[in-house]
Order: sequence, then C-alpha cells, then structure tokens
Amino acid sequence: MITVKNLNKSFDGRLVLEGINATFEKGKTNLIIGQSGSGKTVLLKCIVGLHEVDSGEIYYNDTRFDNLNFRDRKKIRQKIGMLFQGSALFDSATVEENVMFPLDMFTTMSHEEKLDRVNFCLNRVNIINSNHLYPAEISGGMKKRVAIARAIALNPEFLFCDEPNSGLDPKTAVVIDQLIKEITEEFNITTIINTHDMNSVMGIGDKVIFIHNGKKWWEGSKENILDSDNKELNDFVFSTELTRKIKGL
Amino acid sequence: MKLLFAIDMFGEYILLLKKVFSKPEKRRVYLQQTIKEIDKLGLQSIGIVTIISVFMGAVITLQTAYNMENPFIPNYLIGLGTRDSMLLEFSSTIIGLILAGKVGSNIASEIGTMKVTEQIDALEIMGINSASFLILPKIIATILFNPFLTVLSMIVGIAGGWLVGVFTGVVSTQEYIDGVQYAFIPYYITYSLIKTVVFAFLITTISAFYGYRVQGGSLEVGRASTQAVVMSSIFILLFNLILTQLLLS
Repeated sequence: MITVKNLNKSFDGRLVLEGINATFEKGKTNLIIGQSGSGKTVLLKCIVGLHEVDSGEIYYNDTRFDNLNFRDRKKIRQKIGMLFQGSALFDSATVEENVMFPLDMFTTMSHEEKLDRVNFCLNRVNIINSNHLYPAEISGGMKKRVAIARAIALNPEFLFCDEPNSGLDPKTAVVIDQLIKEITEEFNITTIINTHDMNSVMGIGDKVIFIHNGKKWWEGSKENILDSDNKELNDFVFSTELTRKIKGL
Repeated sequence: MKLLFAIDMFGEYILLLKKVFSKPEKRRVYLQQTIKEIDKLGLQSIGIVTIISVFMGAVITLQTAYNMENPFIPNYLIGLGTRDSMLLEFSSTIIGLILAGKVGSNIASEIGTMKVTEQIDALEIMGINSASFLILPKIIATILFNPFLTVLSMIVGIAGGWLVGVFTGVVSTQEYIDGVQYAFIPYYITYSLIKTVVFAFLITTISAFYGYRVQGGSLEVGRASTQAVVMSSIFILLFNLILTQLLLS
C-alpha cells in the first residue's frame, strides 16, 4: 500500500500539486486521471522520488519514503517496477538484455537462472522468439510489453505506469490494460497508473483519483464515475457529445 | 550575470562528478560496461587517429623541409622536427581535439538521448546511480585507452613523415632515422601521455555533463552535443597551456 499525505510540489514558485491526500491499495489497479498539465505525472514522479516534494509525506507500507537518503531509497526502489510513457527500454540492449538488466544488478542468480526468469517474464507478457531483437526492431505495443516484463523481473511490490496506452491503437491498448490488471492481481502488487484514456478508466479502474488544477478533485471507483455529479469530472470523462448523451448531461 | 552562470555550471559539474565517483552497485557489471566502452570509444577511434596522424606527420615533414632550404642545415633535422612536433603537441593535443569531436559528441548525444527518452529515469527508479553507471565506465575506458591512441599516433605520424619524405625525395631514409633518434628526450613521451590522460578526463566528463543536463527533445540533444564539443575543445587548449607550463618549464 502507498499513502500520500498533504503533498505539495511547485516549480519556480508555481504550485503544481496542492494538498494531495491519497491511498493506493494493494492488489488493485489505482488510476490517477486528469487533463494534460493537471499534475498527474508530477504526482507519480513525486511518489517514486524522481521529483522531491516541497512538503508532505509519502509512505510505502509503513516506511516513510520522502525523507530517506539515496542509499535508503535504493532498498525501496528495488521493490518498484515502472512502465514509462515511451517504454524507456535501453536502446543499446536487446529485449533479453533489457529484462535481464535488473537481475544482473540486484541478484546473485546464475546466468541460467536469470535466463529462465527472463523467459518467464517475456512469456507472461506474450513476447515469444524476440529475445535477440533490439527495441528499434519491435513495435510500440511490444515495447510496452517488454517494459512490463522488465518491470516485473524482480517481483516488485509496487508497479507504476505512466500513460501505458499512449501511442497505441485501441485494441493493443486494451491488451496492455488487461495485462497490467492480471499481473497486479496475480502477484498482489500495488499498481498506480497515470492515464487520460477513458477506456482504461472504465476497463480496469479499481480505484480512480481525479486530479484537477493540481488538486485531488474526486475519488472513487469506475462504477462511481457513472453516478457522479462532479461537474469537472463529468466534463473530463464525458467529453464527447455521444458520451454526454449517454450520461444524460 | 554570465560569471554567476559559469559558477553555477561549475558547481553542477562538481556535484555530478561527486555522484560519478561513488561506490559502484555491482563491480562485475561496471567492468563489462567498461570493456564495451573501450570498444566503442577507444577501438573504434583507431581508424580516424591513424588516418589523421599519417597525414599530420606527412605535412609536418614537407613543411619542415620547405623551411630548411639552407644547405648548412642538415637534412636529418627534418626527422627531428617531425618527431618532436608529433611527440610534444600533435599526438596529444590535436588528437585530443579530434577525439573531443568524435567521442565527445557521441557521449553527449548518447546520454542526452537517454535523458529525454526517460532511460535515465528508468535506471534511477531501479535504484541505480545513473551518473556513476553511465559515466564512470566511459572515464575509465578513455583514461586507459587514449594513451594507446597517443602512442599509436606518434608511431604512425613519424612513419607517415618518413614515407612522404622519402617518396618526395626531400629526405633520405637514413637521414630521417638519424633525425628521429637525434637528441631524443624520453620525458617528452611522459609529458604527452600525462596530457592525454587529462584530456581524456576532460572530454568524457564535460561531454557527459552536457548530455546529463539535457531537458527537452532532439533539438536540445543536438545543442548539448555541440556545446560539449566546443567546451571540451576550449578546456583542452586551456589545460594544454597549463600543463605545458607546469611540466616543461
């Protein structure tokens, strides 16, 4: 479980996140949604420690994370897997080397054991016979799946996904969403997904947090969204004429 | 204002170096990285160093001969002039400047691209000191291998001078060899190698620094690459002056 308490973050005096309180539950897909520029990526990067917070507290289970030094953060970070918007695979490494990288760095496994683990992770995300291809030689959807395989290689307790569907066609996007949900439940991971894809929200949103102008504006499940009368949330979720008609707005 | 900016940049550079020279996460992986870097930054520079050195040696021989038409000046001084020019200046400084262009732009653009495509964030999330992991193997590789390039440049340059000198008839083989052996001071090689090691450090760290602070996209990566080459070249010339005063005066 990850808990965020009264988190504030500003850049050059401009407040980007204001008083964010949230709890992200274990074994569930927790979604952070909001318009572009609302602050959701900053929130995600603050939680993983890529941005330092101005004030507030971040807890991984019972451990306070935001005031730890690099060495102590490292212990928690080894329990974190992250899927980046652009996949962030290492260009100079093959698919196999990318997935094996965290195992090389943080385990004492033999090469055969590492290879078994790599193949297990790649099979889990349905990547077969592509071990020796480079990231430039595979499609966007495959890159995302390889990135997921790399993220789960060390059996993480926490999985972060920043816009996992960006740049993907709707069908592949659903495959990636389902994969993340299955992995979350199968390995009992605390998963936080940053998205503005409404198909993801309605498909896998066990818990949804809506960020608007840097503040937490609404919180609930995908079912609650349908009943919500929150104007900003409805304007965001039901933004097309068709969806507004369905909602009865 | 510009002075403050320069001080700020220097501070950032020192902080980066502090991060770079910290204890490696896993020595074996760092060693593998260093071997890869020796291949990429060192072995793959042999071709350009050889070509440039041959032509430099050849031109120095012809220019020296052209300026020594007085019959009272012995021809063997052509070999001596070529040897000392290569040893004292060309094989270390000019090759340093060439490597600042080839290796420096390679390092800055590689690290810059990794920064903008979130590959560096991916390393940090895994709990890896990205600065140390990416930059330290490059520093070790260039410091270890560039002296070999310098010695190669000396040998090939002197050989190039002999080849062209004999071919054009400005000097005989015996006169050239006599000149190369005449009043030889071994310390010149030590001086040249000390300069090479310092230049290797400057090229690698300055280029990595510019790559590491890239923010934005491909345009900024290109700009960082150019800045890296320009600043590396300026610092090579500056340290050439300082080291010459310190080591030869």
